[in-house]
Amino acid sequence: MSSMIFRVSSSPHIRSNESTQRIMLDVIIALIPALLAAIYFFGVKVLTVVLISVVFAVATEYAMQKILNRPITINDLSAVVTGLLLAYNVPPTAPWWMVAIGSIFAIAIVKHCFGGLGHNFMNPALAARAVLLASWPVRMSSAAFVSPGVNAVTAATPLSLFKAGAGCGNRIVITSATVATSDTLTSLWDLFIGNIGGCIGETSALALLIGGLYLIYRGVISYRIPLTYIGTVGILSYILGGFHVYCFTFHMLAGGLFLGAIFMATDYSSSPLTAKGQIIMGLGAGLLTVLIRFFGAYPEGVSYSILLMNVATPLIDRFTIPRKFGEVKKSA
Amino acid sequence: MKLWKDFSNGIIKENPTFRLVLGTCPTMAVTTAVFNGLGMGIAVIAVLICSNLIISLINKIVPNEVRIPIYVVVIATFVSAVEMLIKAFSPALDSALGIFIPLIVVNCIILARAESFASKNPPLNSIMDGLGMGVGFTLALVFMSGVRELLGAGTFLNMPIFGAGFEPALILILPPGGFLVYGLAIALFNKLIVKKA
Repeated sequence: MSSMIFRVSSSPHIRSNESTQRIMLDVIIALIPALLAAIYFFGVKVLTVVLISVVFAVATEYAMQKILNRPITINDLSAVVTGLLLAYNVPPTAPWWMVAIGSIFAIAIVKHCFGGLGHNFMNPALAARAVLLASWPVRMSSAAFVSPGVNAVTAATPLSLFKAGAGCGNRIVITSATVATSDTLTSLWDLFIGNIGGCIGETSALALLIGGLYLIYRGVISYRIPLTYIGTVGILSYILGGFHVYCFTFHMLAGGLFLGAIFMATDYSSSPLTAKGQIIMGLGAGLLTVLIRFFGAYPEGVSYSILLMNVATPLIDRFTIPRKFGEVKKSA
Repeated sequence: MKLWKDFSNGIIKENPTFRLVLGTCPTMAVTTAVFNGLGMGIAVIAVLICSNLIISLINKIVPNEVRIPIYVVVIATFVSAVEMLIKAFSPALDSALGIFIPLIVVNCIILARAESFASKNPPLNSIMDGLGMGVGFTLALVFMSGVRELLGAGTFLNMPIFGAGFEPALILILPPGGFLVYGLAIALFNKLIVKKA
């Protein structure tokens, strides 16, 4: 005991072993099931897209930190996560140069021009997706999506079919026979396991759910944003779709909702800090997604609704500052 | 030498677009094609030289309290003349720039030069200041519209530059692309030119 050193210092006195690298590694682990599902459904070629995206993201991170004379932190794996998420947000047929431009934009502009890790005002991968969608709409929308399997013919996503007027069961009586024969409706089981057309990482709700549960178990993300986000979309779709259970499930499983709600909307630096704020974020993003899907021009609204809530985050944080212990509520 | 300094001031040290960040509205709106950027720049040069000259000549007789309305009247006179000239000689430019030609009246570069330079300096210096500021504005517009037209449409002055395999990034000729190019151009300008000067 006598040899013990007593340190006199200000708090914090107890530090956890958590590090940026460990958190990012957890996110990468959680993203692996979706990658396996994508390889299974779209073939090994999706691996090239993912690799290009990650390599360009890490290289851009290195180059930007060199140019800006910041410490080189490519080992913290945050650029790898951005690269992975961007690759998950493009169609399997995306050309390499488009993915590369997206990666460079995400890291150089959205992340490093605004101060680097923890200072990005919106999710870098989603911002890059928005730029790619505005720049090369044909390469990013319906014509670029292929059906799963070896044939890989061009196929519309379930959501673009919904937009085109197939509806989500509000006019069609759902019986097992009509679902099986009608090619306008996508079976819920295919939606759940990911046997549908779509972006690389968004199709398999099952794989994303496994990743999400792992992240919640590890304490990397809280359940609040994903749960309120997906729940809001489900409930609003149930109401707007004419009170059909099919509609309720369809809109929760279709599109990029699971990917967005679990991995994008929970980005630390662009989502609210407080519990109340996170619930507001989930509700707001869910409302915007349903509005875009039902009334907007685009078939899918997850990316834009998350980006909009990202820029609203400082405001949400300001209005949800928790009361300090002992503080008396000011009378209005 | 003073005249040369007044002229070069507007091109680099106080470039109206990249340093003073004035006149951003026409900058955003017309830089989708080099032809439009160049046309806008020349129109502004013409108005700026004339209005600077007149304001510098009349500044002794202008009552201080109503100087801004009088400046606007002077500027509007020249803008109307320029607008008619463009309509007569280049209908294509007129339809491309549209409302932004009459809006030169309230362009803050012109009003700022009238207020901060022409009203305090002799006529010859004011002409050189107007020319320098106008050329600086035009160069900035041509640079921005060059980048946006080249990468956003694959052309330069409507001539295709790249082969058929090039797929232009549409975002650059859309409004968000204008903001992106503008921000990056200011950063580049600060990094490359201002630090050395």
